[in-house]
Order: sequence, then structure tokens, then C-alpha cells
Amino acid sequence: MKKNESYEEFIKGIWRDNPVFAQVLGMCPMLAVTNSAINAIAMGGATFFVLVGSSFLVSSFRNWIPKQVRISCFIIIIATFVTIADYTLLALVPKVHKELGAFIPLIVANCLILGRQEAFASRYPTRLAVMDALGMATGFLIALFSLGAVREILGDGALFGVKLFSENFDPWIIMILPPGGFLTLGVILLFFNWFKYKKDEFLEDVAEAERSGS
Amino acid sequence: MDNLLWIFISALLVNNFVLTYFLGLCPFLGVSNSLETSFRLGLATTFVMLVTAICAWILNTYVLIHAPYLRLICFIVVIASTVQFIEMLIKKLSPTLFRAMGIFLPLITTNCAILGLAIFATNRGYGFWEGLIYALGAGIGFTLALVLLAGLREESELSSIPELIQGTAMNLIIAGILSMAFMGFAGLFSSS
Repeated sequence: MKKNESYEEFIKGIWRDNPVFAQVLGMCPMLAVTNSAINAIAMGGATFFVLVGSSFLVSSFRNWIPKQVRISCFIIIIATFVTIADYTLLALVPKVHKELGAFIPLIVANCLILGRQEAFASRYPTRLAVMDALGMATGFLIALFSLGAVREILGDGALFGVKLFSENFDPWIIMILPPGGFLTLGVILLFFNWFKYKKDEFLEDVAEAERSGS
Repeated sequence: MDNLLWIFISALLVNNFVLTYFLGLCPFLGVSNSLETSFRLGLATTFVMLVTAICAWILNTYVLIHAPYLRLICFIVVIASTVQFIEMLIKKLSPTLFRAMGIFLPLITTNCAILGLAIFATNRGYGFWEGLIYALGAGIGFTLALVLLAGLREESELSSIPELIQGTAMNLIIAGILSMAFMGFAGLFSSS
């Protein structure tokens, strides 16, 4: 039973409450750095580390943090983890760090992270909070990757720098430029809307069938 | 003088914070449903940006040369507390102004455009006046983008749009088209 519960928390972040596709949170880093799959993964990885780390710390200290200044406390904890992530990336992959530039420090202002601390980590025991953070961060990583991959394939004809098409492929330059980010995410959200619409329709049909059957 | 003008135009149009750097998207998509509100939010943001630029300059010049790794934490704490303080001050001194932009001030503090402004200005090594002009350009640019989107959204409410597209998906696509239009400004400087 216990195991089931943490599994629930993990899995909901990936699909049902996916931070990007379902809740539309954390858009700024999402769109700014997803012009290639590798950048998207680096950003997703950094966010993953920050979210899991700060969820763990916030939920461990949840009984000691005074209610009135909780937001400031959360932000300082998050900023500490972001600084660690920033310097680690600078040391390990300087090239990617240079490309992501100012957007690594900006993880602090990612509303997804603060949102999880406020809504979940500060109220639940450490184990559940970490599972929730793992799920949300994985969901965010998947969303970043799918956006980055689509933009790199269309805009550059490549994935992870490996050319996918013959030389006749004419890259859609617009996709790696800023407008491409807005358009790609818009279309992906449209797809999700359509999916939800179809599902509702299906559920209604099932309910109808049951009613006429009984 | 030329340099300052360049910085202003660049932050306002060519490198518009919202449409090119994707900063401050949350209010951009969340609050832009009426022209009136988005204009006020834009003004309040511009104001906070100016305050931030001053704070960032002071911190960079006097404090952070000794401890650059504390930059992020310092920026956030100082900006948030300064804005809170100014909010109280405005409430006391001018209730009318407070009513016009008061409710937005605390929201703006967590806006990534504000922190982004401080970080970009630091990375580029802007001095006091350059930073201030940069903040002014960025703030007006933010207001411009917000008002444009709000106008388009108000128009779109009157037309019949399939239910499926309504909401965030449509706003993002509108923003994408706006962003394409702003890309045209990139040619403004290369030719001259």
C-alpha cells in the first residue's frame, strides 16, 4: 500500500499533471533553451537536480520553517541549489553552459519549482515529497526534450547534431528562432486539447452505452 | 549617447524580453485578457525593473566583487525586499497610485523578467546609466508586447473560434506570430 502511494505521486507528474502540458508552468526556460535536444536535456537535468534537492530540504525542514516567511525560505533554498547546478555545469560542460547562458540562474524564477514547494513539499513527509519532485522533474524533462527534439529536427534536420535527412532537406530556420518555440508549444498543447476532447467524448459514449444497456 | 540609444532600442524592440528571450511569460499569458490590466501591469513592471537595475548596480559595484558566487541569492533577496518596501511606501504616500498598480507589485517580484534583467545587465557589464536605460527599454518592451497580445485577445473574443483551439494553445500561436513580426526589427541596425 505504502509503495503504491509513492508510485502514484511519481506517475502523476509524468502524465496527468505534467507541469508543462497540463499545468502550463515553467514556460520561460522551457521555450528559451529548447532550440536543440542537447540544450533541452542539460536544462531539464539542472531543473531536475534543483527540484528534487529543494523538495527534499524543504520537506525535511517543514516543521521548523515559520509560516510567515516560508516563501523567502523556499527561495533561498532554491537559489542555493541553482548556484550549485550553475557552477557544476560550468565545470563539467562549459560549452553547453555558455549556450544556456543566463537561463541557468533563471531556474530560480521557474514557477514550477516554487509551486511544488508551496503546494506539496511543505505539507507532506520527505519520502512523498521526493517522489512527487522526481515525477514532476521527469515530466518536465520529457516535455523539454520533446520540444527540443521537434525544433532541432525541423529547424536543423538533425538530432543531437547527427543529420537525419539527405542534403535535399530544406531546414525550417524559423523553428530554431524564438517564434518556433511559441508555435511548437502551441501545436503540442493543441494536440493535448484534442486528446482530452476525444477522451471525454469516449467516456460519454461509454456512459451512454451503459445507461441504455441497463 | 549613441550607445545609450542603441541599448534602449535593442531592449525595446530587437531583443524584446518577452518575444525574443521568453522572459515573463507567466504574466504575459496569464494577465493579458484585458487591455486595461495589462497596461497597468506593464507600468508596474517597468517601475520594478528600474528599481532592480539600481539595486543590481549597487550590489555589483560594492558587495559582489568580494563574493560573486552569492550573486543569485543576493539579487533575489534584495529585489524582493526592496519591492516589498516600496509597496508599503506607495501605499502610505499615494493611495491612488497604489490602487493602480499595487496588487501587481508582489506578483512581479517573482517574475523571471526582473531577475533576467539583473543577470543580463551584469553579464554585459553595464554601468549605472546603461543599466537604467536598459531597464527602461526592457520595461517598455514588456508593456508593448503585453498590450499587443491583450488587444489581439480582446478582438479574438468577439469572433467565433472552435472550442478546441481556445485558451493557451491559441495564445501561444498568436505570440509566435507576434514574435515573427518582431524579428523584422533585427534588420534595424545591421543596415545602418
